[in-house]
Amino acid sequence: MATATAPPPEAPDRPVSKEEQPYVEVGKKRHTGVKLLAVLAVWLVLYAILKGHDTRSLGLQDTTGFHDWLNRVRDWVQLHGPDNWFFGGVLGFIGDVFNSVFAHLQKLFSIPAFPRPVPQIGWFGVVAIAAWITWAVAGIRSTILVTVSMLLFGIFGLWQDSIDLLLVTILAVAVCFLIGLPTGIAMARTRWVSTVVTPILDIAQTLPPFAYLAPVALGFGIGPTTAIVLTIIYALPPLVRITEYGIRAVPQTTIEAARSLGLTKGQLLRQVQLPMAKRSIVVGINQSMMAALSMATIAALVNGPGLGKDVNAALQIQNVGQASVAGLLIVLMAIMLDRTTTAASERSESQGRSGLVSVSGPGVLLMGVMVEKLPRWATEDAGKGVRHPRLTGAGRWTIRALWLVPVLVAVYLSRSQLDLARFPDRTVWPFLEPIDGTSVTKLINDFSSWFIDKVDTFTLALKNDVTAWLINPFQNLLAQSPWWVMGLVILALAYVLGGWRPAVTSAICLAVIFGVGLWNDSMVTLAMTLIATVLVMVVAVVLGVGMGRSRRTDTIIRPFLDAFQTIPPFVYLVPALALFGVGRFTAIMAALAYAVPIATKLVADGIRGVAPTTVEAARASGSTTRQMITKVQLPMAREALVLATNQGLLYVLSMVVIGGLVGGGSLGYIVVSGFSQDQLFGKGLAAGIAITAMGVMLDRIARHAAARTGR
Amino acid sequence: MTTTASTPEKSENSTAGSESPALHVEGLWKIFGPRADKIIGTEQAHLPRKELQEQTGHVVGIRDVSFDVAPGEVFVVMGLSGSGKSTLVRLLTRLIEPTAGTVELYGEKITGMDDSALLDTRRRKVSMVFQHFGLLPHRKVVDNVAFGLEVRGEGKRQRRDRAQEMVDLVGLSGYENNYPDQLSGGMQQRVGLARALAADPEVLMFDEPFSALDPLIRRDMQNEVIRLHEEVGKTMVFITHDLAEALKLGDRILIMRDGEIVQIGTPDEVVGAPADDYVRDFTSEVPKSHVLTLKWVMRPDTGDVSADAPALQQDQIVRDAARIVLDHQGPCRVVDGDRVVGVVDDEDILRVVVAEEAH
Ligand SMILES: Nc1ncnc2c1ncn2[C@@H]1O[C@H](COP(=O)(O)OP(=O)(O)O)[C@@H](O)[C@H]1O
Ligand SMILES: [Mg+2]
Repeated sequence: MATATAPPPEAPDRPVSKEEQPYVEVGKKRHTGVKLLAVLAVWLVLYAILKGHDTRSLGLQDTTGFHDWLNRVRDWVQLHGPDNWFFGGVLGFIGDVFNSVFAHLQKLFSIPAFPRPVPQIGWFGVVAIAAWITWAVAGIRSTILVTVSMLLFGIFGLWQDSIDLLLVTILAVAVCFLIGLPTGIAMARTRWVSTVVTPILDIAQTLPPFAYLAPVALGFGIGPTTAIVLTIIYALPPLVRITEYGIRAVPQTTIEAARSLGLTKGQLLRQVQLPMAKRSIVVGINQSMMAALSMATIAALVNGPGLGKDVNAALQIQNVGQASVAGLLIVLMAIMLDRTTTAASERSESQGRSGLVSVSGPGVLLMGVMVEKLPRWATEDAGKGVRHPRLTGAGRWTIRALWLVPVLVAVYLSRSQLDLARFPDRTVWPFLEPIDGTSVTKLINDFSSWFIDKVDTFTLALKNDVTAWLINPFQNLLAQSPWWVMGLVILALAYVLGGWRPAVTSAICLAVIFGVGLWNDSMVTLAMTLIATVLVMVVAVVLGVGMGRSRRTDTIIRPFLDAFQTIPPFVYLVPALALFGVGRFTAIMAALAYAVPIATKLVADGIRGVAPTTVEAARASGSTTRQMITKVQLPMAREALVLATNQGLLYVLSMVVIGGLVGGGSLGYIVVSGFSQDQLFGKGLAAGIAITAMGVMLDRIARHAAARTGR
Repeated sequence: MTTTASTPEKSENSTAGSESPALHVEGLWKIFGPRADKIIGTEQAHLPRKELQEQTGHVVGIRDVSFDVAPGEVFVVMGLSGSGKSTLVRLLTRLIEPTAGTVELYGEKITGMDDSALLDTRRRKVSMVFQHFGLLPHRKVVDNVAFGLEVRGEGKRQRRDRAQEMVDLVGLSGYENNYPDQLSGGMQQRVGLARALAADPEVLMFDEPFSALDPLIRRDMQNEVIRLHEEVGKTMVFITHDLAEALKLGDRILIMRDGEIVQIGTPDEVVGAPADDYVRDFTSEVPKSHVLTLKWVMRPDTGDVSADAPALQQDQIVRDAARIVLDHQGPCRVVDGDRVVGVVDDEDILRVVVAEEAH
């Protein structure tokens, strides 16, 4: 009969179809808690004995040799830069390009284009164009939102600054797209590119926006170019990340099936990977755009154009009303950009049917960091049905082209009619009087003084109590300990929490902080960061457990968190200032508001991610709700908690630093003063370096701690 | 093709070594790891999988596999998960590069082909169906089916027609303008099937195509494959971990363990004469009367059977012959053509049937 190349039967001593036992490492007991207590005890004893010695504090106007050296570097760059191949050649060229592109855009849309007294295209035309673009990519609801927002830009009397901010943001995102898309694709397709670029992105995403200001200003001077470059640098990482993710997320089977049909690499990219990653890429653009907007407002500190300037100026004179008007417009712009790009991504879903692969279970946590840097999208379209485009592609574009006609008419009119060119104020359109910028400023100022009158006793008491009982003692503990005690304590904590690797990183970062001569200020910032993080986690756990356990709570709270996450950090300072006046407490409150949403979402997702079977089993064995939370859900969501702490820390750090503008003092204030006072530039740059080191250190410790609890 | 018995001549044709096989595989190896080619040909290559991994960090996917598949044959590869089936089928079109060995398709060497010839082979000669379908979610059913044709540059009209034909063939008429995620798993796999058929390949390969489906749907799909095989008569290489599926579809079955061949044979050979305990363990649950032919249960002819006793062909399935044997008083003759090769009586039949009841 049919006998084939069957080998002789093997000796039957091997067990047949038995499951293999994987090799398991025997768990070690680490006694983390005991060690932490020991470190704390030693620290307190040393603090009691040595308080106030060797604190390395530096007066506000004092500088070290290093700072002076940085000043001289700056002077050298200013003097000889233009002849230098790098500063004058490379950076100078990039700067010139951005400068002239931006100047052209401004003349086209926002500032008088000499010899005309108004821009090439007046506000009427700009609104029409914006409405048309929004309608074409995102749909009618976004169009209404955009139109109303833009009218408000004009009504509040900040048309030019609003358009400038929009121009910086969009120009930066366009550049990010040109650089980021190919980079993301290359990372997804070539292992070594990913290996090289990923650590850079990691660091870039750890850094608070403030850390970028001084170095970029050193290279590009002060002005719009710096603002654009800063914005690009800050907005690039999310786009690259998500592009890479989107292409990698194409299922292996699909790739294999495509290859089995004989696709070339190019066909695979164009016909399979890019179409399927389209949705992710649009989400990436959304994230990139939100990051760009935050940075573009902060860039006001280096004299960048736009609404940030107005907020900053109002904060300087503590005019809450004025800051609020500009702040509101920034929020409006954020919502408008976010909604439009989100709608565009949802639409690309229903038209392109690309479908971001659903992330669930451990994927949620894994994606957590990325997604959450990145507000909303995991939640946005959950449960929504898919709409079908009723028109064919060609049909849609024909209709779009038809609508272009009225847009062109509007542009024409805005060039010939002065009222349609320059946004009219109350002298031209008297009906604007009750709602224009001046009235709203006054209204808010009145309200705020009334409010402060009424609740001042409460907020003031809260502020003073918290400052006296929490902030001051803790800050003293960190800042008044001798620097070497603090250094050793941090190293010991890093080692106990995360092992030797973060301890080594911490040692390097601490050396940098010490080296740049800002030890004491850094410890003050660290103290504020830690306090704020603890508060953030308390709030996040309370809210997150509630959300994780109840769908209803989740649906109520989540939209608020989403909304908060769209607001650029800079803007948080305004209400914090309005409520609490100037001080470290205010900075901490702003940080709280900024970091709570992300931390809460991560906790909520972690709690929800606890396997239903486990919860059921616990209920079956008679757990009370309280036992369920403390003994099952929170311990099992520990990884999410640590992740939330990690993210919370980074968010808090960046906000605490920005809080320098409202009396938060320390590193943030030094960065800012570096731009306002010539002789402090070097010190400001040094503060930027210290912030960087602090961010990297905190991130590494938290990450390694997370990895440990993960197992 | 449900049984070898119904097509006895095929069983002869498919014997390895007969002239011009559709697929000829010889000495095929796959070792996963950066220095795989350094290990081939050394002592280490013959270490058990686990030891090799411990010593070198390399994993053996496929170890020295050789077999032939005849034109028009349904060749089933089966084994437990992790035994290397998927690796093997991917080596055949070099979706995974072999470490050593040759693969020939109708005399044409696939190993050693340059890239463009390989692409052409994948586009025209071999198609695959995957466990998780691998459909493109952003394309309609009909565009998914036409995708392979589009890739190889066929005109729009032509590929639309061909795709529609295939959609009809797999019974999806009316769904051509739906998107894959609107279809059930079984229907999605029909799309996968249509896509594979659209290219009009010489060989179809299936990697556990129905494992992700519900049992009832799976049965439908198996019948669908049987029907398609009868209609289009393609050579098929079919991977499964389900012995019932293997017995139902296969003209011949290759049983794998740890990347090696344990046995190759027709369904009744595999059940009737398992090569070792591994195969015996596998086949112990199989309803033998449905698979075994009389050849496996008959006794030698002792010459005492009356000439008017019913004569049964030796490759008839036991279950089908049972009625006649049990109805007849005394033993029946088993013949091969006209020649008597043995006898079978009630007891022989009942042994097989009752043995099953005992399970
Ligand atoms: N790319 C790879 N790298 C390393 N080992 C692999 C790789 N692909 C498969 N293997 C290993 O080869 C063995 C066979 O896998 P596979 O062919 O998928 O088995 P099956 O399809 O029979 O379940 C498994 O042990 C698997 O771990
Ligand atoms: Mg497999």
